[in-house]
Amino acid sequence: MLEFNTSQKQIQKAVRAFAKGEFDKEKVLELDKSGDYPQDLYVKAADLGLIGIHFPEDYSGGGMGLFEQALVAEEMCAVDSSLGITLGMASYGAEFILRFGSPDQKKALLPGVAEGRFRCGSAITEPGNGYDISKISTVAVKNKGNYTITGRKTHVVNGGNAGFYMVLCQTDPTTVPLTSGFSLFIVEAEKKGVTVESSGQRLGLNMLSSATLDFDSVEVPSTNLIGDLGKGYDYVQAFLMESRMLAAAQAVGLARGAYERALAHIKAREQFNRPIAAFQALRHKIADMATTITLARLVTYDAARRFDLNICDASTACLAKTAACKAAMTVSDDAVQLLGGYGYMREYEVEHFYRDAKMLEVRDGSPYLLKDIIADSEIGKLKARK
Amino acid sequence: MNILNYTEEHQAFRERFRAFIETQVLPHAETWEKDHFVPRDVWRAMGREGFLCTSVAKEYGGLGGDFIYSAIVCEEMASSMQTGLAPTLHSDVVVPYIDEYGSLEQKKKYLPGCVTGDIVTAIAMTEPDAGSDLTSMRTTAVDHGDHIILSGSKTFISCGIHADLAVVAARNPEIEDPYAGMSLYLVEAGTPGFEKGKKLDKMGWHSQDTAELFFNDCRIPKENQLGEKGFGFLMLVGKLQQERLCCSMGAVYGAEMCMKVIMDYCRDTTDASEKPLSKFQAIQFDLVEMLTEVKLGRTFLDKLIADHMEGLDVKAETSMAKYWTTDMANRVLGKSLTIMGEYGTLEENPLVQGWRDMRVTSIFAGTNEIMKYIVAKLMHL
Repeated sequence: MLEFNTSQKQIQKAVRAFAKGEFDKEKVLELDKSGDYPQDLYVKAADLGLIGIHFPEDYSGGGMGLFEQALVAEEMCAVDSSLGITLGMASYGAEFILRFGSPDQKKALLPGVAEGRFRCGSAITEPGNGYDISKISTVAVKNKGNYTITGRKTHVVNGGNAGFYMVLCQTDPTTVPLTSGFSLFIVEAEKKGVTVESSGQRLGLNMLSSATLDFDSVEVPSTNLIGDLGKGYDYVQAFLMESRMLAAAQAVGLARGAYERALAHIKAREQFNRPIAAFQALRHKIADMATTITLARLVTYDAARRFDLNICDASTACLAKTAACKAAMTVSDDAVQLLGGYGYMREYEVEHFYRDAKMLEVRDGSPYLLKDIIADSEIGKLKARK
Repeated sequence: MNILNYTEEHQAFRERFRAFIETQVLPHAETWEKDHFVPRDVWRAMGREGFLCTSVAKEYGGLGGDFIYSAIVCEEMASSMQTGLAPTLHSDVVVPYIDEYGSLEQKKKYLPGCVTGDIVTAIAMTEPDAGSDLTSMRTTAVDHGDHIILSGSKTFISCGIHADLAVVAARNPEIEDPYAGMSLYLVEAGTPGFEKGKKLDKMGWHSQDTAELFFNDCRIPKENQLGEKGFGFLMLVGKLQQERLCCSMGAVYGAEMCMKVIMDYCRDTTDASEKPLSKFQAIQFDLVEMLTEVKLGRTFLDKLIADHMEGLDVKAETSMAKYWTTDMANRVLGKSLTIMGEYGTLEENPLVQGWRDMRVTSIFAGTNEIMKYIVAKLMHL
């Protein structure tokens, strides 16, 4: 049973009030076109404790878990999918430091993120390989007390708009498998040799910066290594587990926001001398949408609760993400359809929920990759034939 | 066995149009998308080359061609993936009203310009409060003997800004029965009282000038009534079969173009271990499913084009085709983007624009829900 305690209900209420009060429709339409970042909203959200709600209080966080982060995500995305997703990803990648960083690294970087002073970006994927990181070309070569990083990373979230990046590098090319030679480094944005090129206009979420980062012999001290050498790949898999669950929560919020708008519309819109909500085909579409959202919410919050109890695994996160993002796609698509011609107009919002859902569908790995992970977990290792 | 009989003339026409698109459309497509506008002279260029109103008789400057010429124009435009220019709408949806229902004077006056691209047309039926329920429209046409006064507003009108001539549906305020009270009128741009509203900001079809149109005591001569008074609804019904066929054409040809692109992409794109995407079984099966649906759509479409050319009443079938092919095309575009992963989120990817553009097809020309409602009625369910 999905039950929220008092503190969780208060969070939902507070976030809903913040979003309803501060998310302005015209502003969203403007930012969607200009691609500018909602900086003032980001600061306001941070002030309310919404950016690092899952960071320990010692580091300016809310001291809560992924479950509460999911609540924040859902409520913000229900009011506006673009702002909800953009603000929710201000801390994208900071979880590497949160889970695997040293106390010094945590002290240096987490409060800044939670307090809204700077964002984090995650530089993992490389040209053409998506989330198949079995092979990477970015290298970090040890050079006395430093590491020299060279390579290119694509689709870096908050690229060009972050204070620091998490960069996955190959530190040892001789290991078998190759992935045991990957390590993760903090690279401050202003370090010499870091160049940023925007990913260009995207289908949605243009207000969320995305860029290609080139690292040209960037020098970082050894103290910028996160955790242990050779553990980078494992850290990324662990990070993807929780970031996929954040994506699931955002998808649930998006679906709900699209649904609420569609429901309101069909009750108000009259054709054939009655609200179109009177037509059975549309009523059953609403029933299907409600069912889809309910299923997605349950699986998402169940996965989030498991994570906070340390009993979650990669497959469960993939399952939740795949299910929730599929829900976001079908529900937002139905919402566009229910609004008719208005559904196609930017002014009526649901079309950008639909575009944002398409972005979420492939974030942190497409359904093809995620289903591979789920299948690996379900089927296990197959016996080699003699 | 070919369902449609494509002749050498058809092929020559296709090649000419393809060359036109390559030289006069594709180099500018990106600019037009960014500007949210197609320059007016492109319409004239198309008209001069004989690519508009191919069905119109030679005596009015047309090709006097069969519907296959129309299908070819639609198919080649779909391959270009440029959706701002809408020759099919003008040639095969709007102008047929004038061609079939127009008086000799009206045809002489307007058809030649429609053919040459000097007259771009629009059809204005939908209103803010009259979408699916077209007969609830409020735009009135009051008969004053030698002239008619139109009052009201229309929305979601394609080519609304460029339109030199609009076919406007309006009702006689004295007649209660909406079916008997509707008539069609020809309104020239520049007529006092005929205002063009703002260009609407849409999810896709960015370079298509969809707009609101306003009629503020717009005075038109009696000669501009199109067809018989009170027969507006019947005239619309008579032309909707072809309109739905045109929508199905756009959907199927668009989906076919998408399949070409995605299959090439899957063959040419490899994962980190150099394996082409096309070798992954899950992707293969998805591609095959998409190909199958596209083939089914094309086969149904070609059959209906053939039936339509024979003059058969295929109102139900074209309504079925309209909803099914547009849903199918949306599925195909959607799955293609999913296969492409992150590249499927970049606007530089032509299929991304294609996905945004395809979304309207299950809504315009009658929503897919209305298509099902119509078929239910026609099947006496």
